[in-house]
Amino acid sequence: MDSRAYRHLDMPRTPDLDLPKTLTLRPQRVYCRVIKSIDKLKRPAFRLLSTGLIVFSYSSVWAQAEQAAPSVFRFDRINAMVLVLIFSSAVLLYTRWARQGKTLFLRKIPGLEAVEEAVGRATEMGRPVLFIPGISELDEIETIAGISILGRVARITAQYETPLMVPVRYPLVLAAGQEVVEQAYIEQGKKDAFDKDMVRYVAGEQFAFTANVNGYMMRERPATNIYMGAFFAESLLLAETGNAAGSIQIAGTARPEQLPFFIAACDYTLMGEELYAASAYLSKEPIMLGGLKGQDFVKMLIAIMIIIGVILVTFGYGDFFTGWFKVV
Amino acid sequence: MLKTTVPVAVAFIAGLALVISFFFREGTFIGDISQELTVWLTIVGGFTLLLGVVSITRVNWSAVRSRREGWGYRVLTLISIFAMAIPAVWPAKWAPESWASLFGRGSGSIYDWLFLNLDSPMMATMFATLAFYIASAAYRAFRARTAESTILLLTATVVMLWRVPMGEAFLNLFPGDIPNFLNTYIMNGANLAVQRGIIIGAALGAASMSLRIILGIERTYMGKG
Repeated sequence: MDSRAYRHLDMPRTPDLDLPKTLTLRPQRVYCRVIKSIDKLKRPAFRLLSTGLIVFSYSSVWAQAEQAAPSVFRFDRINAMVLVLIFSSAVLLYTRWARQGKTLFLRKIPGLEAVEEAVGRATEMGRPVLFIPGISELDEIETIAGISILGRVARITAQYETPLMVPVRYPLVLAAGQEVVEQAYIEQGKKDAFDKDMVRYVAGEQFAFTANVNGYMMRERPATNIYMGAFFAESLLLAETGNAAGSIQIAGTARPEQLPFFIAACDYTLMGEELYAASAYLSKEPIMLGGLKGQDFVKMLIAIMIIIGVILVTFGYGDFFTGWFKVV
Repeated sequence: MLKTTVPVAVAFIAGLALVISFFFREGTFIGDISQELTVWLTIVGGFTLLLGVVSITRVNWSAVRSRREGWGYRVLTLISIFAMAIPAVWPAKWAPESWASLFGRGSGSIYDWLFLNLDSPMMATMFATLAFYIASAAYRAFRARTAESTILLLTATVVMLWRVPMGEAFLNLFPGDIPNFLNTYIMNGANLAVQRGIIIGAALGAASMSLRIILGIERTYMGKG
């Protein structure tokens, strides 16, 4: 394209090319605002808006854009920040309402209702409860959710004096697990019943861990197996062995690809968000439940946005709307 | 205070720093915090490895000492742990020159030999047994006892047929483009929609739990609350 004077300039846009939100073009120091739009031929384009005249070729603009020092703040992630603020406000608002004593309705989660019953069964049969907090490191939120649920389960086993076995794959999870179980036994006034080796490091390798736990299931025949956390290819190996050992099994994971295996082999399965809701659900504390209601509110907002998006995309006006939700 | 307030404060500061870091460009002090904290985690994880070794040794050694059932396997476990670990960390310069290549983790070392000839085949064997477990789980899941499980059985049968070339050729014998129908409406339609629903729910759940932890509302991961 020849260098000519424009009030605004449309430049072709492809997914691998990007321009900053603002540009100051040299040598005239023309300040431009860059927005994503479509050109006259309905192709994706960048529109450079300026109060002065833009006297540049495409290649000159690209060259200057590459040289421009990027802003420290990621303005292209401002949409994510808005969502974070909405989400945080919703959670805090519902938590505040819960603190003020407002009644919050939560649907029943059968898998969690069954936890106490399953531990009771183990007590009656005089057999242990096996709890696996997933096979990921402690930096995974699923593992933290698993450890939180372990605390609740440990309180029940402490109360009934039921043996508990928690094999783990990472030393950090070992340290956190031992702390949580010990605290649960102390709170129930059963410190003497606590044994550090209830939570034990088994192996760092995925299938060595699985082989060890499967061997334990077949030898000790735990009455209840609880799997809560991040699981991968070993999910079915564990759950099928537990099924063959005749244990009651409750599983929970946020990994959609492992859910079918748990559903096929376990008595109860917590799917996705239910895993993260479990500790709040089991605690029954209004403040924690407030967080769940806030999450539901944002889920409803997202559902509304999806419906609006579907309608707009169907009628050909979706690009602008869906662009709001793209996080770079 | 040390057991509650300090961990909550650390979680708050670290969590907030990571969230803020997401909105700043890499190469800046704030933008690089997340990478820095990941390095810290690796260092802390390295130190705790000793905890794992102590735990596994204590559990197995006490079983061997009390001659508990299957104690022979536990002896084997202990031997395996130290046979892998000691030659891997033993400095080669401390060994006679002709033995130097056996130490460390390089090619031809004891660690390397054990990994290639024992560890890897055993892992592969365990993974391979998954096929049998899938068969037994599928048998239970696909039994046509109710209307829902019958629909599941029929859908799974055609999807599995479509996934193998011979099955696809067989489905093409019927009128209508069945493979295309399966791809469009079952895999990319119903299946993908449900998966995305679960993923959105799980992501919100994770965000909600993270927020509860950062704000100190949720302390169950420390055994509190």
